[in-house]
Amino acid sequence: MTHLVVVGASLAGLRAVEAVRRDGFDGEVTLVGAEEHLPYDRPPLSKEYLAAEECPDPRYREEETFAGDLDVELLLGTPASALDTAARTVTVGDRTVSYDGLVIATGAHARTLPGTEHLEGVHTVRTLDDAIALRAALRGGARRLTVVGAGFIGSEVAAVGRKLGLEVTILEALETPLARAVGERMGRALTHLHRRHGTEVRTGVAVEEVLSADGRVTGVRLGDGTEVDTDVLVVGIGARPATDWLEGSGLTIDDGVVADETLAAADGVYVAGDVARWPNALFSDVAGGTMRLEHWTSAADQGGRAARHAVDPAAAKPYETVPYFWSDWYDGRVQFVGIAPDDGDEQIEVVAGDDAQGGPFTAIYRAGDRIVGALAVDMPAEVMKYRRLIGARKTWGDALELAEQRRAQRAAKAQQAAQQAGEQRGEGA
Amino acid sequence: MRINVDWDRCTGMGMCESLAPDVFEVDDDGSLILHTEEISADQEAEVREAVAACPTEALSLEGPIDA
Ligand SMILES: Cc1cc2nc3c(=O)[nH]c(=O)nc-3n(C[C@H](O)[C@H](O)[C@H](O)COP(=O)(O)OP(=O)(O)OC[C@H]3O[C@@H](n4cnc5c(N)ncnc54)[C@H](O)[C@@H]3O)c2cc1C
Ligand code: SF4
Repeated sequence: MTHLVVVGASLAGLRAVEAVRRDGFDGEVTLVGAEEHLPYDRPPLSKEYLAAEECPDPRYREEETFAGDLDVELLLGTPASALDTAARTVTVGDRTVSYDGLVIATGAHARTLPGTEHLEGVHTVRTLDDAIALRAALRGGARRLTVVGAGFIGSEVAAVGRKLGLEVTILEALETPLARAVGERMGRALTHLHRRHGTEVRTGVAVEEVLSADGRVTGVRLGDGTEVDTDVLVVGIGARPATDWLEGSGLTIDDGVVADETLAAADGVYVAGDVARWPNALFSDVAGGTMRLEHWTSAADQGGRAARHAVDPAAAKPYETVPYFWSDWYDGRVQFVGIAPDDGDEQIEVVAGDDAQGGPFTAIYRAGDRIVGALAVDMPAEVMKYRRLIGARKTWGDALELAEQRRAQRAAKAQQAAQQAGEQRGEGA
Repeated sequence: MRINVDWDRCTGMGMCESLAPDVFEVDDDGSLILHTEEISADQEAEVREAVAACPTEALSLEGPIDA
């Protein structure tokens, strides 16, 4: 194994090249990226990057790090356009790059509303360039923000809009936002967070037409004929895996590049990050088939794994993980670990706080006799304790026991705090 | 071997705790508690995983591993 090629220069791609170098791999390493930018962190782009007075620099590493410490050849600014798994080559512009091992980490592209791509005032949030444009739009005197899609990224942008003092409306096609990600009941609970902060959420509505004047968005017309005026329209309707360049490569493409349990998509070809679909053995008994995650943590993790497997296929091991994502809404944090089985709400138990008003609360998810998921709003101490149980395939009974312990611990802490406060008052008197 | 926490970066995400609960714990207010700063040889593997998993890259390791 002498030449590792990594296509996609973002989180998964960066972690891929770093992992093999840390292990002492001394072959050639090439990192190919479609964007001009050095690898950068995406989660801030819908959060601090828009909200903060000063933009934090989202790049992970300096340019020198790649040439120096990592000894990685960077090919930025031109997408890979073809893969030949028989000849083991990747086409990048007019170059043909040979590989011995390949990592595909091309992530995903934001979905758009067809026909609106060139309208001024219409934005998606996936790339740094997107975020720069949206930041300017939100701060350029806009009064009304409309977000199509009540997913996590759309919700974060809505929260930033409120923070900046805009009137914000979210339009969601489903009756319950995020039902697929967290289940119906929890989707409703999260929607309360928006309403509590003055964001209007309209569910079960279809965007019929985007209205514009002089090349600039002015509003949207809904399925029932009503019109919503807006200055800025953010399209947050999800992402589609970046697999177009793999057409004709012979790889199996099905909403992502399909791989086996070791992340192998073909001989010497491994996948990582938002583009990767693989069978996560941890949940094979409760949720068969493959999964594709669009989460920071799994992209980072898979990047390292895929690259290690690519340089040493004989040592490849099944990759299993407890998915984790977070999302920052208003001043709070939503955290989810595991999977949300789609069997309905009787599978969910709120073990701390109250979901009726949108939190703080913690809820756990059951499938069969296992705990398979946990969701917390503004309870940062809780979900990671359940993540361990999920990873160790613990039972529902174990999870309820932990919930009981945590209740007792929180109660003891609260009592202690009350006592201390009482003593301080006593001293003060 | 010692753990370094960049407290300006840490946002209490807790990935570290889920991988190495003897070393890291997130408190109710979202602040990170370090149960120990010195890492023993048998903790090294999971602490390395925790360092790699931190979404804010707030953790690093320094120094040799104690026997
Ligand atoms: C705005 C935003 C907010 C987010 N917030 C959170 C969050 O709060 N919590 C969380 O857990 N996750 C969050 N995520 C998800 C997380 O950022 C992604 O899971 C992660 O970026 C995936 O990394 P990746 O390397 O797989 O793919 P990507 O980051 O999508 O990168 C893929 C790269 O490959 C490049 N590329 C595509 N095609 C080609 C080609 N043919 N040739 C060469 N290069 C190509 C692309 O230009 C891109 O740079 C967020 C994502 C976004 C966009
Ligand atoms: S994973 Fe990182 S951000 Fe989260 S608590 Fe640990 S150190 Fe802090």
